[in-house]
Amino acid sequence: MNPALVRWLQAPSIVLLLIWMIVPLSMTIYFSTIRYNLLYPERKGFIGLSNYEFFYTDPSFYPALINTLVLVGSVLIITVVLGLAVSLLIDRPFWGRGVARVMLISPFFIMPTVSALVWKNMLMDPNNGLFAAAANALGMTPIEWLQDFPLLSIIIMVSWQWTPFAILIFMTSLQSQDQEQKEAATLDGAGFWSQFYHLTLPHLARPISIVILIQMIFHLAIFAEIFVTTSGGPGVQSTNLTYLIYIQSQQAFDVGVASAGGVFAIILANIVAIFLIRAIGKTLTV
Amino acid sequence: MTDKQRDIWKNRIAVFFAWVAALLFFFPIFWMVLTGFKTENQAIAIPPLLFFEPTLENFTEINERTNYSKFALNSIITSFGGTLLALLIAIPSAYAMAFNPGRWTKDILMWMLSTKMLPAVGVLMPIYFLAQNSGLYDTKAVLVIIYAMINLPIVMLILFNYFREIPKEILEASRMDGTSTFNEIRQVVMPLAWGGIASTALLSIILCWNEAFWSIVLTTTDASTLTAFVASFQAPEGLFWAKVSAVSTLACAPIVVFGWLAQKQLVQGMTFGAVK
Amino acid sequence: MKSLMNTALGLSLVVAGATAASAGELTIATVNNGHMIEMQKLTPKFEEANPGITVNWVTLDEGTLRSRVTTDITTKGGQFDIMTIGMYEAPIWGSRGWLEPLDFGADYDVEDILPAMRGGLSHEGTLYAAPFYGESSMIMYRKDLLDAAGMEMPDRPSWGHVADAAAAMTDKENDQYGICLRGKPGWGDNAAFITTMANSFGAQWFNEDWTPALDSPAWNHALNFYVDLMNNYGPPGSSANSFNEILALMNEGKCGMWIDATIAASFLTNENMAYAQAPVAITDRGANWLWAWSLAVPAGTNQKEDAMKFMEWATSKEYIELVAETNGWGKVPTGTRQSTYDNPNFQAAAGFAEAELAAIKSADPSNSTQNPSPYVGVQFAAIPEFQAIGTAVGQQFTDALAGNISVEEALANAQEIADREMKKAGYY
Repeated sequence: MNPALVRWLQAPSIVLLLIWMIVPLSMTIYFSTIRYNLLYPERKGFIGLSNYEFFYTDPSFYPALINTLVLVGSVLIITVVLGLAVSLLIDRPFWGRGVARVMLISPFFIMPTVSALVWKNMLMDPNNGLFAAAANALGMTPIEWLQDFPLLSIIIMVSWQWTPFAILIFMTSLQSQDQEQKEAATLDGAGFWSQFYHLTLPHLARPISIVILIQMIFHLAIFAEIFVTTSGGPGVQSTNLTYLIYIQSQQAFDVGVASAGGVFAIILANIVAIFLIRAIGKTLTV
Repeated sequence: MTDKQRDIWKNRIAVFFAWVAALLFFFPIFWMVLTGFKTENQAIAIPPLLFFEPTLENFTEINERTNYSKFALNSIITSFGGTLLALLIAIPSAYAMAFNPGRWTKDILMWMLSTKMLPAVGVLMPIYFLAQNSGLYDTKAVLVIIYAMINLPIVMLILFNYFREIPKEILEASRMDGTSTFNEIRQVVMPLAWGGIASTALLSIILCWNEAFWSIVLTTTDASTLTAFVASFQAPEGLFWAKVSAVSTLACAPIVVFGWLAQKQLVQGMTFGAVK
Repeated sequence: MKSLMNTALGLSLVVAGATAASAGELTIATVNNGHMIEMQKLTPKFEEANPGITVNWVTLDEGTLRSRVTTDITTKGGQFDIMTIGMYEAPIWGSRGWLEPLDFGADYDVEDILPAMRGGLSHEGTLYAAPFYGESSMIMYRKDLLDAAGMEMPDRPSWGHVADAAAAMTDKENDQYGICLRGKPGWGDNAAFITTMANSFGAQWFNEDWTPALDSPAWNHALNFYVDLMNNYGPPGSSANSFNEILALMNEGKCGMWIDATIAASFLTNENMAYAQAPVAITDRGANWLWAWSLAVPAGTNQKEDAMKFMEWATSKEYIELVAETNGWGKVPTGTRQSTYDNPNFQAAAGFAEAELAAIKSADPSNSTQNPSPYVGVQFAAIPEFQAIGTAVGQQFTDALAGNISVEEALANAQEIADREMKKAGYY
């Protein structure tokens, strides 16, 4: 292909995304440097970095930062490992595979708000939830999920929703794996783990890195699950950066501080991304 | 036990665990659907009821109070529209990047992904003002555009990945035949990557379908999607779990059916292992 | 490919063209509470009586509703002709000139609206929102359980008595808990409830000079009382419980007593329910909250006349009678008009009527703390900063309830949170 054509084909996506990024981002940066509270329209003016300072000195800032990273990290590990295991399990013909596959990816079809409501009220509730009923039936004390393990509860909900995403990507990729190669390896006496390590994992390297990158973005901004179930509590145990920004943006209606928080979130996301790219970016090498 | 017998047993165990996983993952949804057929008082029963006399009262009430088909149609238009737009922009770009990577390609992809990193709640006001001032507030168009843009990086990345898996030799062969670039995409790349494109599209449609922030913030009545439909059944004062379960069942039904139908597309394609 | 692109572009343009609200079309934002659902069902009657006006409903969950209408009104978005707002927003928005002042004709009988409600929805004597249904808080308890425990519930018990009653009704072996209270963090959730409790213990949110007063002994006393009460006699998982979770527990017979919105009485299914006024500690000032889901018209809407007409209809005596005719007097929106409570049919149909009216009448938003305070509001302070403060402080209360930090730590954190927000807003 001639280089000009390559450039022309790439142009629309790059230009559109550039606009999509620059316009809101520059507005956000601008808002983050002015006094701007929706409820005080008359108070205006440039205030430098005060909004940043306010957001950064919030006692909840560090806990929220840690929670955000723990949340992202745990969900990534759980979904990738589970996703790999499940997609390898279903990568064989068996009776009802189509049905099993749809069942496996269906949690991804559920809106986050709904999934949070279902988990909170119908499964995890220590009184009328199903887990409590199961615990009682087994003679155990029901776990007070949201009170004692708030962040873990959120991690479980999010992992339930996103493992199907990993399964979806992995199972499509597995279909393009060279079967002859696998059969040859089997004939050579290579066991499951050896095949997995030498053939399957390299084949899935790129899908895995893609699953990690994409999920990372979504999980840095987890909101609905927290909003519906714990409201960030108890204390700030399940507050993440997005929830902190939400309080400033939609409860204090302070666009200035919320924008500063938004800029923090972008910086954090980029730091995480750089680390991840260092770690897994090699697989994307072109 | 011979090797063959052992393989058969291994296979059976794998299938058993596959089903266990499928049932576990599906269970909360099953429970949600089941709750949709309970009365509000049955929904809160201690211990939870597995057997009960199903009622359709939730669905009847939903039907009386709201116009489900309007919300559903809006969801279909915006999520398919957004996905289509994203694919139209992404396929040529991803194709160009996958088969003619430059030294910046990886960085461009990462940069694209980074545009998604700004949390929605942080850019609420800018987007809100833009929508208001452009007169696009509460239109399906604004959702189509936003969905296309927020999914574009993901669509790009995944398509890039699938295109990279197509052996270059195949393309070179077709190029020797003097095929134009457009035909190359249409006749060679698309069929080979069809499974990948289908699963990318499915993914994007699901993400749009469940997008609950912009669809609620930027619409009032005309363009409200099913996420707003679900939100409208949550009550601060009054039990609503059975009704929300019924509403969610209705809201998720089209996309699950669609996913089911898309099955075939997902399984097809990506068969060039055999071509080699 | 090109033709596809054109089609997509054309499609989006067509879709874009189909907007622009037509005249005579009212868009009303509201929540999904029972009385509002009834209002939606009865709207065709209004449309029949007022040809040319059609009503569109936008129903949202409470949190989303609040963000949507606040964003809309502060940016003059003009998406809604009528908004459902609470007692918190009405005076703030009214003072900013964002709401149309209400001036009803003689037929409407504005004097019939309970003075507490009128006061809470006004700013400097001008009414800015019309109450659709109102509520205070009160004790709802299981008389059978209390009788079995050999105890009585006075009409206005002390907190000490409530604790004794809760102890007497608790039987954890059989999943029977003496008292259920809100624990989910939020300015309208646990913070609202705990504030009424603190008021009665002599505490307040802000001192006269607007400095936060959360480090006072009274707060400490109140929060300790709450945490002990819930730990000893409350159900498991209280820190995630809000109105609906507790309602579910009550209807499953797991709780002996619940102190919450009076509206809850109309949802309780147990036949042994009895009612009493919210408990007091050292004062009955601010011991029970006051709230009204009200309708308001944003200033500058181009459909002011139609919007006013609808609002007048939905909050009128006639509307209440219409609901009574359609569904019976037990289902009418309460807490707004004296005439409702004077109606013998209503008194007969609603066992909680007397207790509710007494609760509403005893609440005074402008005088809700033992010591003088600079703010209006019983379970909140009607200043724009309160939502953020209340929610963050509520998180601290939940943390103390869950036993992760001490009450002292929670209040020290709360004080710091409030101080930061108040400083940022320039109060001192």
